[in-house]
Amino acid sequence: MYKYDEYDRQIVRERTKQFRGQTERFIDGTLDGDDFLPLRLQNGLYVQRLAPMLRVAIPYGMLSSTQLRKLAQVSLDYDKGYVHFTTRQNVQFNWPEIKDVPDILEELNEVEMHATQTSGNCIRNTTADQFSGAIENEVIDSRPYCEIIRQWSTLHPEFAFLPRKFKIAVNSCPDADRAAIQFHDIGLEIIKNDKGEIGFKVFAGGGLGRTPVVGSEIRSFLPEKDLLTYLDSIVRVYNMHGRRDNKFKARIKILVKALTPAKFSEMVEAEWQHHKDTEVELTQSELDRVKSFFTAPDYAQLENNTKTFEEAKTSNSEFSNWVTRNTHEHKISGYSIVTLTLKKVGIPPGDVTASQATAVAAMADDYSFGEVRISHEQNIVLADVRQDQLFDVWQKAKLLGFATPNLGMLTDMICCPGGDYCGLANAKSIPVAEQIQLKFDDLDYLYDLGKLDLNISGCMNACGHHHIGDIGVLGVDKRGDEFYQVSLGGRSGRDATIGKILGPSFARADMANVIEKIINVYTENRTEEELFVDTFRRIGMTPFKERVYAKAN
Amino acid sequence: MPKLIKNAVVSDNTCQTLDKEFSGSVDEILANQNPVLVPKQFWLANAEQFLENESIGVWLDSDEGPEELEPYLSKLNLIAINFPKFADGRGYSYARILRDRFDYSGELRAMGDILHDQMFYLKRCGFDAFAVREDKDANIVIEGLNDFSECYQASTNQKIPLFRRR
Repeated sequence: MYKYDEYDRQIVRERTKQFRGQTERFIDGTLDGDDFLPLRLQNGLYVQRLAPMLRVAIPYGMLSSTQLRKLAQVSLDYDKGYVHFTTRQNVQFNWPEIKDVPDILEELNEVEMHATQTSGNCIRNTTADQFSGAIENEVIDSRPYCEIIRQWSTLHPEFAFLPRKFKIAVNSCPDADRAAIQFHDIGLEIIKNDKGEIGFKVFAGGGLGRTPVVGSEIRSFLPEKDLLTYLDSIVRVYNMHGRRDNKFKARIKILVKALTPAKFSEMVEAEWQHHKDTEVELTQSELDRVKSFFTAPDYAQLENNTKTFEEAKTSNSEFSNWVTRNTHEHKISGYSIVTLTLKKVGIPPGDVTASQATAVAAMADDYSFGEVRISHEQNIVLADVRQDQLFDVWQKAKLLGFATPNLGMLTDMICCPGGDYCGLANAKSIPVAEQIQLKFDDLDYLYDLGKLDLNISGCMNACGHHHIGDIGVLGVDKRGDEFYQVSLGGRSGRDATIGKILGPSFARADMANVIEKIINVYTENRTEEELFVDTFRRIGMTPFKERVYAKAN
Repeated sequence: MPKLIKNAVVSDNTCQTLDKEFSGSVDEILANQNPVLVPKQFWLANAEQFLENESIGVWLDSDEGPEELEPYLSKLNLIAINFPKFADGRGYSYARILRDRFDYSGELRAMGDILHDQMFYLKRCGFDAFAVREDKDANIVIEGLNDFSECYQASTNQKIPLFRRR
């Protein structure tokens, strides 16, 4: 994991000092609310429906146990004793006082964390594959590149006031895309060319929100040394040409679409001629320096699937289920990647209490080299667990309520905080999630359904990624009442697709029944091997529509 | 009197800025005793005459790129870039193009919604003069020039990124 040196520490300290000054000027009235707004946003501070909200970055999803404990402590000292993990690898405090925020930031700085650029129209936290460095079949560990991007984007003098927010994601797995790179402003796919050299396939103009767009490839191979010069070029073209007259048309996806991806790519390439071969080009020594922080932990020499492990599974079907659903194969034999699922009925997805966070920190220390990762599905990952310790981990996770073996299942929903907490939301999202979780509480039935993404957003801003769920739910406002629009057939990952709208929206009370009808159409029509999206693509929207909107007899 | 921060010193800003739609005469401008900032289109249309007079500069609005000024840059000694709103960040890129690509070495002034909190970014993008928003105290705003003592990226005033220096 990356460790700050004196330069990094000085930059976060000075940032907090700057923000302390801004907050003091706001409180004493010399900085008015309008002028404070873009400044507090660039430090992750929102003023929401009920209270301010502070969003803290978890760069590429990595947290040490020390950092996790600090988050827990801060939530006790300054908040209501819980934190909320977001769908963008950030963590939020929902109830801090504005005057305390500089102190909170100072405490976070002590453990090498910050809230810089977690909001506002600037370059945000980089999203990464939560399994990077541990998963089999990765071109190369993506985290050093994410850290290089983090440093490049932090307080970039030219790009603090872009037309809109700007998000970059990196993937390094040829057969999966857990970072959803084609739904980001810039998506970087790490590849090797035919000479075996590392580089990036570059996508631009993807995004969710009210106009969901799948990103377009603008360069097929970018050598790794050119990463930063090329990013400078893309963002400069966007900064100068992105629309600023209408905030709903200000994302880079609108620019790329208006120009066409080919023309946009041409402009970036022309701009790049002025950037490449300058001092901004990455050096081998910098690549080596950053990579040196992400070396393999001290793995033991173990065998995969030992007899004891297999016997434990055979003798305990609940454990065996959990292993099947909530662990992934590790690149090192005798190790597994464990996902602790945070989605339990009645708990807003992503919420973790201080005592749970502290207990997870202890588990990380005991079983996973003191590190955890946060996934964009709002779960916590222990990436390096010995298989012979999985049984212990499972039992502890069960006590914490983090062992619901529903990873990737219908009830492992992505859900934004919605109208219960968020000032932007049109509708509540958490009660819908709860209603569905209660309706589908039979685990055997869920396993039979298989992998199925249900994503819920409380408004068009799409924080719950509803466009890319097999089933997407979007809260809409209809003359002051909360209604929910359903879309089907969305998909993230390698075969990125935006879901299609089923039809007129539904009242909240009907939602679990609507979802049930949709699921029934799927189970009645699927062939043995088909996932929801396959069946949907084969049979189309009509059977779903007919069932859901059929008049009651 | 509005204030100007230039080379890290606060002084009165005596400069007159003509409207973007200015439609008066060139002679009227040349007769002015104080420095004058002429909007880009009007300036371009009469560039040869304005270049004769050292106290006349050109200003660009945030929707006007700097490229057309390139042929005149060696003779120009004052360019101002307007920030109509704090959050409109196009001027940062224009400044870097003028400085880094076209090697413009005259005064580069930020005008408009210029506050404490942009100062450090503006300085790094090559601005050396700042016409501070009138309701703000320039003696406090000037402190913003020194908010940070180190940065990661290369920029106009530090061509070597931190990773080549650490």
